[in-house]
Amino acid sequence: MNRIDRTKRTLVGRSVSEPNGTIGRRTFLARSAGIAGAAVAGVAASTGLAPGANAQGLAGHPWERVYGAAFAGYGQPSRFELPVVRHFLRPYGDLAPGSGAALTPIESLEGIITPSSLHNVRNHSGTPDIDPKQHQLLLHGLVARPLTFSMESLWRYPMTTRTYFIECAGNSLRNLAPKPLQLPAGAIHGNISCSEWTGVPLRMLLEEAGLQPQAKWLLAEGADSAHMSRSIPLDKALDDTMIALYQNGERLRPEQGYPVRLLLPGWEGNTSVKWLRSLKATEGPTHTKDETSKYTDPLPDGRALQFTFEMGVKSVITRPSSTMTLPRPGFYEISGIAWSGAGRIRRVEVSTDGGANWVEAALTGAERAKCLVRFRLPWEWTGQAVVLLSRATDEKGHVQPPRKEWIAQYAPDARFHNNSIVSWAVNADGSVKNVYI
Amino acid sequence: MSTSKRIPVAAIVVATAAALAACAVQPPAAKPPALGTAVSAEEVARWDISIPPSGAGLPRGGGTARQGLQVYEQKCLACHGAKGAGKPADALAGGVGSLASKTPLRTVGSYWPYATTLFDYVRRAMPIANPLSLSDDEVYAVSAYVLFLNGIVGEDAQMNAQTLPQVKMPNRDGFVDMSRR
Repeated sequence: MNRIDRTKRTLVGRSVSEPNGTIGRRTFLARSAGIAGAAVAGVAASTGLAPGANAQGLAGHPWERVYGAAFAGYGQPSRFELPVVRHFLRPYGDLAPGSGAALTPIESLEGIITPSSLHNVRNHSGTPDIDPKQHQLLLHGLVARPLTFSMESLWRYPMTTRTYFIECAGNSLRNLAPKPLQLPAGAIHGNISCSEWTGVPLRMLLEEAGLQPQAKWLLAEGADSAHMSRSIPLDKALDDTMIALYQNGERLRPEQGYPVRLLLPGWEGNTSVKWLRSLKATEGPTHTKDETSKYTDPLPDGRALQFTFEMGVKSVITRPSSTMTLPRPGFYEISGIAWSGAGRIRRVEVSTDGGANWVEAALTGAERAKCLVRFRLPWEWTGQAVVLLSRATDEKGHVQPPRKEWIAQYAPDARFHNNSIVSWAVNADGSVKNVYI
Repeated sequence: MSTSKRIPVAAIVVATAAALAACAVQPPAAKPPALGTAVSAEEVARWDISIPPSGAGLPRGGGTARQGLQVYEQKCLACHGAKGAGKPADALAGGVGSLASKTPLRTVGSYWPYATTLFDYVRRAMPIANPLSLSDDEVYAVSAYVLFLNGIVGEDAQMNAQTLPQVKMPNRDGFVDMSRR
């Protein structure tokens, strides 16, 4: 009886399984209408009932009345989430469009894990397009046996999986501007992300090459066109350093060092050298450009601290945060992220009165070291102007410092390792502003 | 009960334990696979572009500031400005004595502790659109020019594998090594 219906169903079935997995929307809608129309006509013909008697009256949005989209090979967020993108920091503009940073929109995210597509990126000379079949990692210098590793061979080593944050040492440098910038939280504090990383413990490769007794440092070098390079003390390399191959279950993204990167948990992101091409065992540090002229912390007396690797204890309220607006007084959950390069987060306190009183927030993920922690606190906004702050303490007892206290330690142009307390003012009209207190 | 009867019991226990161990479900303890490929010193030398403060690995050749001016004008000036004044990219000259002031200017001359870093960085990363394109002589010459702009070497001082590591930078002792703390 239902002759047309059957042929149409077959047609749709075949289109869905087309090799490229796509189907033109207009074609698709026409076919869907064909199925529905034919079905109704068929029923009417066989029963004598009036067609479409109830269809228009039933509740339901348009998307409940059309056949959904076909499968996609690689999934994408909803088109309604397209505004959730990274914030660019491009100090050289179009002159070097790939130099600078893309900051994570932390104001739009929840939980602990950063989606790989939104992970913060700090590049010195853009993202290289590396063929994993040609890329090799050289392990040399003060070793008994200089070795190269193909990517195929690295994939055969026993792997470990850990969840770690990576924060650029320059994160929050924008909050050192003389006047508070009215930008989303991520555009100021988003040079931080957290992923599940899988890879080979570096120790395993170092033992295979055989370190010579005088080896005390490693020089790590990337295969980007900056050949970005950093010296790393051997103690860290032998401790928890990972040769990372996977991020959040899939192979590293090119922006995160595909096909292989170094991962130094809790240390300034710059040391987790991406696109790793060489590890050289040395007696002392090489004093590369990025560990002398950059990534050093100048003091008021003209000297500068060098090799300040560990990222300090820190927290940021992401909701509500700068540039948001609370529509009306009432219940809101204060939500934010906290982390420490020294280990676990012990507590996060929140103040809703500019720092006079502090309340301990609930933590998610606090059992993990060197990993983002989500903190949450229920809050009733009365509609009056308030200032929201958060203050993190880690398991070593380090406490996030007030902004003025942090600034007093350094030279006027210091811009790395700013872990000072972040303040958001909620005005009576519900607008949320970045403020310094 | 004599001791002679107890010994066989103990022996049986040991033998049983040994048999159980032999039949254990766990796989044998695997050693890491050791899949690195041996590489010759010559290959390493071609791969390794790093130059430490000792100057180890600096190539043959050399150049002077007078020769470096031309390289600078062709390859560097567009980003680093005339005479290393900077803008849009970093300033390369000036600022000596400014580090403890309210407006510190951090340049190669005022801030960088080692001249070898200049050679290392220019060769590995500059010019930004075309790194590894300069000859070793050009890298020496343009390094000499940047040092000359800062008043650290003379215009005709030859920078090479022997002389470059001996250049004493003004801020050589300006850093506190926090890796030792």
